[in-house]
Amino acid sequence: MAAIAGLFLVWEAACQSFAVPAYLIPAPSAIWKETSALPANVAWHTLVTAKTVLLGFIVSVLVSLPLAVLLTSSPVVAAAIYPLLVLTQAIPKVALAPILVVVLGTSELPRVVVTFLVAFFPLVLSIASGLVSVPPELIELGRACRANRATELWRIRLPYAVPFIFSGLKAAIALAVVGAVVAEFVNADAGLGYLIQTSTAFFKVQLAWGALIILSIMGIVLFQIVVAIERIFFPWSPGIDKPPL
Amino acid sequence: MIEIENVSKHFVSRDRDRVAALTNVSLSIRRNEFVCLVGPSGCGKSTLLRLVGGLLPVSQGRVLIDGRPVAEPRAETGIVFQSPTLLPWACVLDNVLFPLKMMKRVTTDSSVRAKRLLKLVGLEGFEGKYPRELSGGMQMRAGICRALVHDPDLLLMDEPFAALDALTREELTLELMRLWREQPKTVLFVTHSIPESVMLADRVVVLSPRPGRVADIVPVEVPRPRRFGMEGLDEFQRPASRIRELIFGTGRSAVH
Repeated sequence: MAAIAGLFLVWEAACQSFAVPAYLIPAPSAIWKETSALPANVAWHTLVTAKTVLLGFIVSVLVSLPLAVLLTSSPVVAAAIYPLLVLTQAIPKVALAPILVVVLGTSELPRVVVTFLVAFFPLVLSIASGLVSVPPELIELGRACRANRATELWRIRLPYAVPFIFSGLKAAIALAVVGAVVAEFVNADAGLGYLIQTSTAFFKVQLAWGALIILSIMGIVLFQIVVAIERIFFPWSPGIDKPPL
Repeated sequence: MIEIENVSKHFVSRDRDRVAALTNVSLSIRRNEFVCLVGPSGCGKSTLLRLVGGLLPVSQGRVLIDGRPVAEPRAETGIVFQSPTLLPWACVLDNVLFPLKMMKRVTTDSSVRAKRLLKLVGLEGFEGKYPRELSGGMQMRAGICRALVHDPDLLLMDEPFAALDALTREELTLELMRLWREQPKTVLFVTHSIPESVMLADRVVVLSPRPGRVADIVPVEVPRPRRFGMEGLDEFQRPASRIRELIFGTGRSAVH
């Protein structure tokens, strides 16, 4: 936190002392002034983006879990699904977004779909690698306790995968913010991505910077919420990529 | 109680070669007998244990327990693995109760029984701790309690003390003998330590190098209760040097 505060101080001081033109890099104070001028308006855009991010994230989780289970269930299924998964990742989402708008209409739906497409892949991969990295001895223990495949999944594989799942969730929530903004660039009448586009079009650079900072804060807060959920509900999880924050 | 009749087991390796792990093993184990399997590494002793446990299918021959062929893991068998294999997300008590939960046999007195077992191995007060908060020896104790919680009549142990330090190992050896005396059951114990096998067993089954065959079965007549310090006894030395001979050949047993 101190580092971030320091960054803003240096930024402010540099802008003041070198008289950087506001349309290049506005000073933090100017950004704050412009952004807080219409608090209700900015809050509205923030909520719209947050909604897209969360919906896209939730869809990612709901799709990724069963998909990862399916991927790890048998080599045949994996061989069938995996190329399709890679295909979804090979398509540039920015290029796909306008096409999706044509297909799905100008509603919230294409934005959620783009967010999902950007966010879900690392989640599937980490859940799948968690499910298959269960030590063979734990699987043997399950078999010795006469577990069938469903019980084995529920009682051994899934709990074992929890640290992996959370590492995927952390990547997914960060990517969901990216996905939502990409989608808003293409098709939106509200949201922080939309705000950045319209305000730069009208040379309200301070407001664009303000929206950018709010997006970063949103990303950090959502990420920390995922970290907190892991710590509170799964205290035994080693948190394989615990951030120093 | 256990009849192992002409059992062979081979595995198919990655390059599709057939690798024989055990050939024509026959062995008969009485109820409540303590039998150790000893042999050089790779002789198939863990494989034999898994065949008896129903974790692996036999390639030839058959394994009978109480007259019934073993086709899948029995509910009345307890298994202790080489590493404690505790579930990191469950507390000690839940780990011990795990087999009962998996077999849907949890009753009102299950946790009473689990706690009594934990007390028996000196883990009273650790019921709510997580495995990572326990030392290696304590984890292994919890693993043994888990194998005993459903009151099996057969206990299979796959080099359970191999990863422990020497002191903990002696301690657990004594505790295992005490548990076995208080709650008699058939024990099949895999080890690569000759003194450990003689200390524990009624009979030591010596397996030859891969593919494993029964080289000989060595009875141990050290009086029970046994304790450390008995290694000097003639009853201890004779089977120990016999086992050494079987494994290394006569030349090596003279070296001190």
